[in-house]
Amino acid sequence: METVLAFVIGILYAAGIYMIMRRSIVKLILGLSLLGHASNLLIFTVGRLTRGNAALIPDGAERLTGDFSDPLPQALILTAIVIGFGVQAFAIVLVRRTYNVVDADDFDRLSAVNR
Amino acid sequence: MSVETLLVLPILIPFATAILDILAWDRVKIQRQITVLGMTAFMLAGFLLLYKIEQDGIRAVQVGDWPAPFGITIVADLFSAIMVAITGLIGFSVAVYSLSSIDDKREQFGYYPLISTMLMGVSGAFLTGDLFNMFVWFEVLLISSFVLLALGGERDQLSGAIHYVVLNLLSSSIFLAAVGLIYSVAGTLNMADLARQLEHVEQPGIVSALAVMFLVTFGIKAAMFPLFFWLPVSYHTPPITVSAIFAGLLTKVGVYAMIRVFTLLFVQNVDFTHTIILTAAGLTMITGVLGAAAEFDFRRVLSFHIISQIGYMLMGLGLFTPLALAGSIFYLIHHIIVKTNLFLISGIVERLRGSFELKLLGGLYRDHPVLGALFLIPALSLAGIPPLSGFWAKLILIRSGLEIEEYAIVGVALGVSAMTLYSMIKIWIEAFLKDAPESEAMEAIEAMDEPQPTLWQASLIFLVIPVMILALCTILIGVLAQPVFELSQEAANQLMNPTAYIETVCGANQCEP
Repeated sequence: METVLAFVIGILYAAGIYMIMRRSIVKLILGLSLLGHASNLLIFTVGRLTRGNAALIPDGAERLTGDFSDPLPQALILTAIVIGFGVQAFAIVLVRRTYNVVDADDFDRLSAVNR
Repeated sequence: MSVETLLVLPILIPFATAILDILAWDRVKIQRQITVLGMTAFMLAGFLLLYKIEQDGIRAVQVGDWPAPFGITIVADLFSAIMVAITGLIGFSVAVYSLSSIDDKREQFGYYPLISTMLMGVSGAFLTGDLFNMFVWFEVLLISSFVLLALGGERDQLSGAIHYVVLNLLSSSIFLAAVGLIYSVAGTLNMADLARQLEHVEQPGIVSALAVMFLVTFGIKAAMFPLFFWLPVSYHTPPITVSAIFAGLLTKVGVYAMIRVFTLLFVQNVDFTHTIILTAAGLTMITGVLGAAAEFDFRRVLSFHIISQIGYMLMGLGLFTPLALAGSIFYLIHHIIVKTNLFLISGIVERLRGSFELKLLGGLYRDHPVLGALFLIPALSLAGIPPLSGFWAKLILIRSGLEIEEYAIVGVALGVSAMTLYSMIKIWIEAFLKDAPESEAMEAIEAMDEPQPTLWQASLIFLVIPVMILALCTILIGVLAQPVFELSQEAANQLMNPTAYIETVCGANQCEP
């Protein structure tokens, strides 16, 4: 399972970076969101993939033993997803506004007005 | 007031200010008063915290009473406290300056609450003792800065904002991945605990790789070579108060984070990591100052100088001796004040003459000698002319470089310093000394029968007061260099010997369950 996810994460990073390098501003936003997903999956994977063992200390025991799924990376991902959602919502509005002003979905045209 | 309360006040005060501002959404006048009051309180809390930390040493508070490393720790050592206090000073100055410089439209669309939330994010990032929490504070300050940069929606602004947003989001996603990976390696995110755990990691290669990931993510935020390209295209686009507070504080949060992780966490392979930092520092200085030499817009010149000055701060970290770090901290204190001040002065110039283009300016010294003097103080300080603050900052850095015989970087620092002086003289001659060029704008000003505006009239006084306060700080730091240097040295010693920091955060149980 780790191997599969490693490839998925790699493809997501590659796709995200490819999209960021395009001239289209809309694709840029898509690229950023793919990068966000890749980072989240990366954290999920390095937090060890364990199925069916919640991190609950059994009755009478002192501490967790054996394999258990670590809840902390998942909590981190939750936070990151919420933050990513907010930021991407803003980015989309920004792109929409830029499109209205510049009237083109093109990074080169945007830079031309910047000088 | 207990120190524990003081530790969270620099986060809570701007937060409360922002909430009250939002509650008074329709009443801009009330928002102004709340913000200035809030920022005054923020500044006082910052300096009180600095005083207490200086007296009592490092203090930490465990949020929600969860012991470290399980809960989030808010911790202040001298370095954090210094940064928070300066943030308060800048917040206050910019809030006063905003009173008569921000247009009604922006005020009505939440300018004041945004400034407050951004400052909350900045002090949060300075005070947190937890790596993931630092990521969250970065996002808090970033989202506010995104909106502040784009607020108003002018063409230039939007184009600058897109570059800024994209590069910062990229940096955040690297930061997030690095945080996840470091957790998988060390099993903790509390920075003090991480410092202990990273020593026991069996594969040092992984730690070095992580160090480089953090170097890249903070390098983007700090505008380090070769990751600075977003800065000169975005910083000159928003209103001048926004430019000023960005220029003073935001890149410095990146520098702070870099100094923090490269003194506390990644010190296993100093030859590798800190040599990269030192090389990058030298190149950052050179590219920044050369970029500035080619520009003829007041704000663009200043923007490029931010980059070159970042190089000096990183130089201290790259040299990695107590004296060099003290130099970095001194430089941070000096630079934040001076840079904000220069941007604020460029705002006054624009208000008087209606342009930032150096070619269109001129004759300001004849008409406003006081403004000329106010410009010369931070400008000469930036270039490092004694006895102003910049001279001492550079002296400490260069001396520490000579001590460990890193002559190359010392040579670069001296050369860049001369180039900085050239840039500042360029602004001085073009904007202040030469006769004003014949232009329609100037003719319009002269054709008006009204007397020339003076700096002391009601509409300008709120612009001049913060500039004078900051100029006074620059002079004071220059004249009283010894106490400020001792403070920086103490802060640097705490950074170089993190045992006290770790013990304060981890407490009696040594971060063991």
